[in-house]
Amino acid sequence: MISLATTTRTVLRGRKLPRSLIGGGLILVISLVMAIWPTLFAPYDPNLFDYNALLAPPSWDHPFGTDSFGRDVLSRVIHAYTIDMQIAIFATVGPFVIGTLVGAFIGYVGGFWEALFGRLVDATVTFPFLVLVIAIVSVLGPGLGNMYVAVGIVGWVFYARLVASEIKVQKRLDYADAGRVMGYTPMRIVFRHLLPNAITPAIVYWMTDMALAILLGSSLGYLGLGAQPPAAEWGVQIADGKNFMNTAWWISVFPGVAIVLTGLGFSLAGDGVAELLRVRR
Amino acid sequence: MNTHRPILSVDGVSKRFSGPYSLLRRLKGEPPLAVHALSNVTLDVERGETLGIVGESGCGKSTLARCMVRLHEADDGAVRFDGTDISNLHGSARRAFNRRVQMIFQDPYGSLNPRMTVQQIIGEALSVHKMRPKADIPARIAELLDLVRLPADAAARYPHEFSGGQRQRIGIARALAVEPEVIVADELVSALDVSVQAQVVNLLLQLQEKLHLTVVFVAHDLRLVRHISHRVVVMYLGQIMEISPADALFSAPRHPYSKALLEAAPELDPGQKNRNVALRGELPSPLNVPPGCPFAGRCPHVFDRCTVERPLLSPRGPGQLAACHLTDFGAAEAAATLPAQPGH
Repeated sequence: MISLATTTRTVLRGRKLPRSLIGGGLILVISLVMAIWPTLFAPYDPNLFDYNALLAPPSWDHPFGTDSFGRDVLSRVIHAYTIDMQIAIFATVGPFVIGTLVGAFIGYVGGFWEALFGRLVDATVTFPFLVLVIAIVSVLGPGLGNMYVAVGIVGWVFYARLVASEIKVQKRLDYADAGRVMGYTPMRIVFRHLLPNAITPAIVYWMTDMALAILLGSSLGYLGLGAQPPAAEWGVQIADGKNFMNTAWWISVFPGVAIVLTGLGFSLAGDGVAELLRVRR
Repeated sequence: MNTHRPILSVDGVSKRFSGPYSLLRRLKGEPPLAVHALSNVTLDVERGETLGIVGESGCGKSTLARCMVRLHEADDGAVRFDGTDISNLHGSARRAFNRRVQMIFQDPYGSLNPRMTVQQIIGEALSVHKMRPKADIPARIAELLDLVRLPADAAARYPHEFSGGQRQRIGIARALAVEPEVIVADELVSALDVSVQAQVVNLLLQLQEKLHLTVVFVAHDLRLVRHISHRVVVMYLGQIMEISPADALFSAPRHPYSKALLEAAPELDPGQKNRNVALRGELPSPLNVPPGCPFAGRCPHVFDRCTVERPLLSPRGPGQLAACHLTDFGAAEAAATLPAQPGH
């Protein structure tokens, strides 16, 4: 998108990177590297059963312990980055792009479309997000692909609402009128002028939404509707460990820590991006 | 100046802004509440002149300016540019009109896209209207910046790095980039410090002379308007009260409202304290404009006819029009000054 490119080019001039962005970015880069090359970091095959070390507590051999099948928890947590980072990105990119485009249209055109969209938002927020996604996944069937579709169907509404309200503010400013007096097309005014000034909240929300997507993916994995059991996924792992909470806490706790840490990375990055994209007047 | 076609003519233009249509009004069968921002406004802008438009805030002067550049569509009447009704222009014809009639905005903080450099802002206007081949655009931007007396290194900077006066000059450079014939300046300097106002206004005047521009200058500062305008339009509550050559208006206003407006203007000379009584009463609500003369409720010379019949603009002196039933209002003063001011 042109507007995104201009936005990034525009904002970096003469400014220091915010610390939160450096911290969050570091966590995310490490997460991404582990997601792409998990075998470089994982000491064992995540699906290898070791019947000599069932439910072994953390030790030098197995720093995070092993689960009820003797699988190495550390290796499974590392391999889960692949699926969970995928969830974070795939479950949010679609809603972000669609929501931004629809929101730009609705905010600029207003009138009937805005009223219609308002009712759609009402209908969507009436149901808890998770319930709605579970309902759609139940219809489509469990699995990651269907989960992305379900999140996409519901999630774009929130982005569209954010972008539409920002565009509505921006389109009344004089620089938008200046564009109209110049004879610029509505497309140019929306994408080149209004959107770069309206998209920041959506980008920040996108960052937090990726953290939420991981939680959602884990929740669905836990419920058996997302990633399917043999796969290493944090939600699935936590679900695996729930029967052993009293005897082998490490099976659930370490994937939980990974979720928190990744979520923290996204939040920090989100804060940093907000700081970076703030318009100076 | 009277014989040939005016470059821009506003012909009986009305503009209403409707509010929400409440259930109560629906049930009572009344039309929705509407603000009558302009009602039946007629005026001509002659090629090469500076036309000042003055009035209190809310009198419709900005709405009129926006109708002239087609940011608003007139509800009734027509705005003609060079003889063509601008509401009929579409596609490339409309873009051509946009190129020839430009606007400069009031708010120096809102009128420039904060995410674009000066170079991008001006360059976009140049490239969309294909004013120069691509390779010549940087040179042209430098030329334009020089024209509005901004340093050449301003090109790579962002609007927030400039002061209000500098931003208005960027706005002027953007408007000039497309080499327009008419510039509508809506409260060009009212958001600026007084010390900077003169700079920006004088720049506009010099550019007007150099580039043979026609300028419509909307303002509420009378002294400023007197300083720069050839003719002045006085508006009140969406209607034109008087159109006069600037000198004639300031020496002998032919409408009681113009007179009141002039007297209300602050005087710098403390010796001149012969203030008449200030205007009484409030501006009537534009939601409910009285049937007769809009000024009747506050006019010191009001009589029966004023509240019933709306006065039309009619000729007074040379090039002077006023909308008042008292046709000889101000005539004595005008006669006294006439030998010294032989028309415009």
